[in-house]
Amino acid sequence: MNKTNAPIVLEAQGITKRFPGVLANDDVSLTLHKGEILALLGENGAGKSTLMNILYGLYHQTEGEIRINGQRVLFHNPRDAIMNGIGMVHQHFQLVPVMSVVENVILGSEVMRGGGRLDIKRAIQEVSELSRHYGLAVDPTAIIEDLPVGIQQRVEIIKALYRKANILILDEPTAVLTPQEAKELFRIMHDLTAQGISIIFITHKLKEVLEVADRIAVMRRGKMVGAVSPENQTESTLAEMMVGRNVILQVVKSDAHPTDQMLRVENLSVKDDRKVTVVNNVSLEVRAGEVLGVAGVQGNGQRELVEALTGMRPVSGGRFFIAGQDATHFTPRQITELQVAHIPEDREKHGLVMPYPIEDNMILNAYFKPPYANGSLVNRAAIRSHAEALVSDFDVRTPSVVTPASSLSGGNKQKVIVAREFSKPVKLLIAAQPTRGIDVGSIEFIHKQIIQQRDRGVAVLLVSAELDEILSLSDRVVVMFEGRIMGTLSMAEATREKLGLLMAGSLD
Amino acid sequence: MSTLATTSKSSWRELLRYSGWIIAGLVVVASIIGYLSNAQVTTSMLASTLRQSTPLILGALCGLLCERTGVVNIGIEGQMLFSAFIGFLANVYTGNLVIAVAAAILAGMLVGGLHAFMAVYLKMDQIIAGTVINILALGLTGFFYTAGLTTEGKLQPINLGPLADLPLVGPVLFNNPPITYMAIILVFVMHYVLFFTQWGLRTRAVGEHPSAADTVGINVNRMRYINVIIAGGIAGLAGGFLTLEAVGSFERAMTNGRGFVALAVMIFGKWTPFGAWGAALLFGFASALQTQLQFIGTIEIPHQFIGMLPYVLTIVVLAGLVGRSRPPAAVGKPYETD
Ligand SMILES: Nc1ncnc2c1ncn2[C@@H]1O[C@H](COP(=O)(O)OP(=O)(O)OP(=O)(O)O)[C@@H](O)[C@H]1O
Ligand SMILES: [Mg+2]
Repeated sequence: MNKTNAPIVLEAQGITKRFPGVLANDDVSLTLHKGEILALLGENGAGKSTLMNILYGLYHQTEGEIRINGQRVLFHNPRDAIMNGIGMVHQHFQLVPVMSVVENVILGSEVMRGGGRLDIKRAIQEVSELSRHYGLAVDPTAIIEDLPVGIQQRVEIIKALYRKANILILDEPTAVLTPQEAKELFRIMHDLTAQGISIIFITHKLKEVLEVADRIAVMRRGKMVGAVSPENQTESTLAEMMVGRNVILQVVKSDAHPTDQMLRVENLSVKDDRKVTVVNNVSLEVRAGEVLGVAGVQGNGQRELVEALTGMRPVSGGRFFIAGQDATHFTPRQITELQVAHIPEDREKHGLVMPYPIEDNMILNAYFKPPYANGSLVNRAAIRSHAEALVSDFDVRTPSVVTPASSLSGGNKQKVIVAREFSKPVKLLIAAQPTRGIDVGSIEFIHKQIIQQRDRGVAVLLVSAELDEILSLSDRVVVMFEGRIMGTLSMAEATREKLGLLMAGSLD
Repeated sequence: MSTLATTSKSSWRELLRYSGWIIAGLVVVASIIGYLSNAQVTTSMLASTLRQSTPLILGALCGLLCERTGVVNIGIEGQMLFSAFIGFLANVYTGNLVIAVAAAILAGMLVGGLHAFMAVYLKMDQIIAGTVINILALGLTGFFYTAGLTTEGKLQPINLGPLADLPLVGPVLFNNPPITYMAIILVFVMHYVLFFTQWGLRTRAVGEHPSAADTVGINVNRMRYINVIIAGGIAGLAGGFLTLEAVGSFERAMTNGRGFVALAVMIFGKWTPFGAWGAALLFGFASALQTQLQFIGTIEIPHQFIGMLPYVLTIVVLAGLVGRSRPPAAVGKPYETD
């Protein structure tokens, strides 16, 4: 598909954006043609979200100009961008959880009946109309918090279309989707472009880029490296453009030499927040020196299993042992003290204290111990030098170690967590979705770290919704479906097809 | 599996959800029985229920408008006290009750504006901001109050003609002074505004998820400013009720904790106007009952204990029947942008 002959709808020229201490966008230019899908690639912290937020009027560029259909525009706020036909689906959804789909869609551009009254009936009609027209099935009266993320994302897209967007920005839309949901999203994206809507699509998954993009733009360290067409690209050429060096996409590892049992789980049952049993009679073991992969579509109990094993959620039945000790009713601190490292699924909620500086986040698992604690006083110098060493070892992109965690880009937040968890002796590593939202370069790095730990004799429990990740890191795989283990496979048995079937709940 | 346990639990929850209606039903039945046995006492008790509940529902409406927009307001007590005082002074010096009520409302809006300035503009801790208002109001009114000021009178009941002649409900509902009527009307207005208008939708969005509102072009801080000021006006009306309708004069610290009870009433009502009204009536009823019991004086219970009745009842109902209620998600958090 070549759509470069189509008229240019959006043009950004020489955009520069400076944050205190960071040059997030450095003289970036970008063009978007009518009806095309432009994939925007780049390492974590390359400045992709920043550029998009500028196009959407949330941030203001320090320099540079934006043209829509040839007209120069100046956005003071998102309202201006919306009026110019730009819609954006943010990395973190901007939906009010307790409100209905239709209320969220019309918010800020309400359908009125005079006297400030909402015309919900007509709004529901309009939303149904839109969802029929673009093939975005959703119940307009459903409450957002009851909907799965895939549907919530659809609501975000409807929100943009409702505001007559003809340029749609999707910031890492597939990071939180299951493979099936992602497929559905791509179908929707194609339907939209067929109707003349142009899409900017940010992702870290190179396969997706080759699958859906008409053109690919790559950013690195705040600069635009170039735009290419997908025909003559492969995953590794793209990765190299992004990172500026050769990236090994395949994990290199030797055979595992499992030794002592580090984690034994016996008939474990766990309930979720609604008191429904979501982990049902699960038994498994992980030995020192091996990686046990837990595959499964998200929401089949993996999250609760990990929370139980790390002491964050009470166990409703069964037991588990860490290094031979019954840890079923241990607190998170007691479990950490058994030399367990945890990379949590929700890094912003359970992995970091967002307003704290990086250096304090680096000692969350050790702040109560020397050298960081002197009795009840903290030793600032030790904390600082510890953090500085980790930041340079793990290549965390940050202006300084006193930068608050909240202003790091997604991938760099993850690196801070990994650095902290690996900075102490570890016997058991529990990693949940360790590379979600992370660029290929950092994935390579984190995968290497995990394999290195394994080779040092650490037992690794890896929970991931990415089949590729499971297949390339694991030494054995279990599949979870509706809270149960569907079977344990050796790597020889674990083919994509077989795993796919088990993940869908089919036993034979 | 555990389906049986789940269903019995959820049917319990259903029951709790309707607890408000059940209580209301019991009260209606009790008042009819009461009316048949002793018409006069029952009528006066219900009338007193409504009177006692008026400042509470107004205070609660103020609180819930603030919190729905994302601002905690524990300064209702101070807002009420300050506007009660200003309304009283206006009555003393002009002798015009309409001007006095307007002055009370304006005073409330002024203090509301101060709260909004501290909470939204200065991004101060909102509990502290509310405390500042409470202390300031107590200090200012105490300092400037001079004993012996007299007024020409207070707001008188307006008889709604034939409606007021109905048995029981007539004298209770249709023969009240104006602020009581206004409080009832405001409950309906607030419900309508919050759930059926553009303003209400935006207000709730700003209180639940301000950045979602911001990204669709809503000015979060402006919404908060305006709502907190309007809410202040409602608290001002509650203050006006005390000095211009209930008593006709001012005393030091005369709000006597009503602003805080109003907050409990707001929570008990799950941040909805009708819920809060129900809660305010329940509290008002308990207060009326308490007065009645002390009046009869036949029961040998120290009056301090009878005086606790409304509070104990509120705690029991709050803790036992209402279940968990969820405040607006962004309440108390200042909104920061780039
Ligand atoms: N509000 C902010 N204040 C200060 N620095 C910021 C802010 N937002 C982003 N940055 C910095 O700007 C740089 C670019 O960040 P941006 O979020 O645009 O990266 P990204 O390409 O979207 O990365 P990711 O793939 O991880 O989402 C980063 O170094 C980040 O730390
Ligand atoms: Mg980003």
